[in-house]
Amino acid sequence: MSTTTLTPPLTKGETDDARISLRGHVRHTSALVRRNLLWIRQDPESMFDAVLMPIVFTLLFVYVFGGSIGQALGGGQDQYVQYVVPGMMAMMSMNIAMAVGTGFNQDFQNGIMDRFRTLPIGQGSVLFAKIVVELMRLLIATTIMMIVGVLVGFDITDWGGLLAAVGLSALFGTSIMWIFLVLGVSMKSAQSVQAMGFLVLMPLQFGSSIFAPTKSMPGWLQGFTDYNPLSSLADAARGLMVGGPVAHDVWVTVGWSALITLVMAPIAIHKFRTKS
Amino acid sequence: MTRINENPGGAGSAVTVRGLVKHYGETKALDGVDLDVREGTVLGVLGPNGAGKTTLVRCLSTLVTPDAGSALVAGYDVVRQPRQLRRVIGLTGQYAAVDEKLSGRENLYMIGRLLDLSRKEARSRSDGLLERFSLTEAAKRPAGTYSGGMRRRLDLAASMIGSPAVLYLDEPTTGLDPRTRNEVWAEVKRMVGDGVTVLLTTQYMEEAEQLASELTVIDRGKVIASGGIDELKAKVGGRTLRVRPADPLELRPLANALDDLGLTGLATSTVDVATGTVLVPILSDEQLTAVVGAVTARGLTIGSIATELPSLDEVFLSITGQKASAPQDARPELEEVAV
Repeated sequence: MSTTTLTPPLTKGETDDARISLRGHVRHTSALVRRNLLWIRQDPESMFDAVLMPIVFTLLFVYVFGGSIGQALGGGQDQYVQYVVPGMMAMMSMNIAMAVGTGFNQDFQNGIMDRFRTLPIGQGSVLFAKIVVELMRLLIATTIMMIVGVLVGFDITDWGGLLAAVGLSALFGTSIMWIFLVLGVSMKSAQSVQAMGFLVLMPLQFGSSIFAPTKSMPGWLQGFTDYNPLSSLADAARGLMVGGPVAHDVWVTVGWSALITLVMAPIAIHKFRTKS
Repeated sequence: MTRINENPGGAGSAVTVRGLVKHYGETKALDGVDLDVREGTVLGVLGPNGAGKTTLVRCLSTLVTPDAGSALVAGYDVVRQPRQLRRVIGLTGQYAAVDEKLSGRENLYMIGRLLDLSRKEARSRSDGLLERFSLTEAAKRPAGTYSGGMRRRLDLAASMIGSPAVLYLDEPTTGLDPRTRNEVWAEVKRMVGDGVTVLLTTQYMEEAEQLASELTVIDRGKVIASGGIDELKAKVGGRTLRVRPADPLELRPLANALDDLGLTGLATSTVDVATGTVLVPILSDEQLTAVVGAVTARGLTIGSIATELPSLDEVFLSITGQKASAPQDARPELEEVAV
């Protein structure tokens, strides 16, 4: 049989000139955001993590560790509340980001992704929509955590600083979402994405200044925690919300977020586009 | 390979595929496929599991980039103009690609918006398609609660939102019960009536016979035959004569009489007890006359007599020398008819 690769002339223009306008991108992304919001209406349990996790974790840490760590800080539980609530904001941004990977992976289990990828839309729209929805969940989780924090005694002294801290954790959370989108598109099942997520998140979160000051940790661990971006984010949030030096930690966090996003976002989009 | 219909893929060809190759490591999913689908017709791509049908559809719908060769769909190149191409195609795969958590209406509306319809257009088009595919009553329920047939119909409706010029149906009835399958066939026939060009992959001969006007048979990534369905049948050559004696008790004597006739080069006749008929393979009108003569000479009365073209199962068997999957009425004794 003949396997000649003759290339017939293109009859409707040589190149792919069907560029998508910015308005088109916005329209496509919002149609997909709408889809993910309808999911929540259909399956309210999917919001459990965003609603319950901040309540449970805040109460646990404040009442279990608050007394003893607070004492070590030279105060009591009240002092620990001021320490841990800004740190938990950093934790939230990581935990919520993980969910984006599992949800994205599930989409591939049925054929809906094939349908999206055969539509004339910018392929990034599918990913942007996931990130927009996840940011909404992150804001809900953070709001709930702050309410619980105030109820257990957190003192908001600087509203502007609070907003800045929320913005910073959203920025960092977004960069982590790109990592989980890459995992979601690469790994075989949602369970393995979740298992992998926990494996990475637990050491990162506990090996940081989120829950306790790093001064009492052994030297080798301090070496790790000092370079852990979660420490920078927690320290920056702390500085912004309750006062103290912030500039260095803010810039380190912004730098990490930018670096992770610049590396992972193109990988995620490319992997999504070429997944077969 | 056999190419009966030499269509150069010029004017009137909605899909033109030349030398398409896609390898997955050692596996040659597509090993140089040529085919044409004429505008407004249905081409059936027939082949057993693993023949490369799904890879072909995935290449033609920009989901997979071919290693070599070319493919034009409605004038657009699958590799160089994927976005324009996506505007003119619809795809319904083996697995219904709908969002199970969204209602039927929300699914269609979302795809309408992704296809740049205005809110109003997306809404009215969704409602129209729900109506047409008899899903209006279930429109507000999550698609996850739909039956298999409803889900497949929703999938077809989703493929039709953008009024595609070319529709790919990748084994559209695999896994459906016969009643649902008939429903899907009826819908596909309606779409074809509207002038859509369809590339249908299937492993069911009956499905190709029902829907397609032309056929490309592929096996192990290669085209092994192509042409009109009747042409392919004629190529296999033989017809089958189905003779029913007026008196059911004369079935056996009738079969004996036909065996004694000894038509050269053909398989012996077979008795189909279920329908009370004898099947005789023949090659020419002369042999038809000889059969009738022999029966009358024995004093037997013929109740009815009919000639049948070979089924596509037999066509496949005679081309590849192997059985196609899911034979519904395979008659292995006709194997000798092969040319």
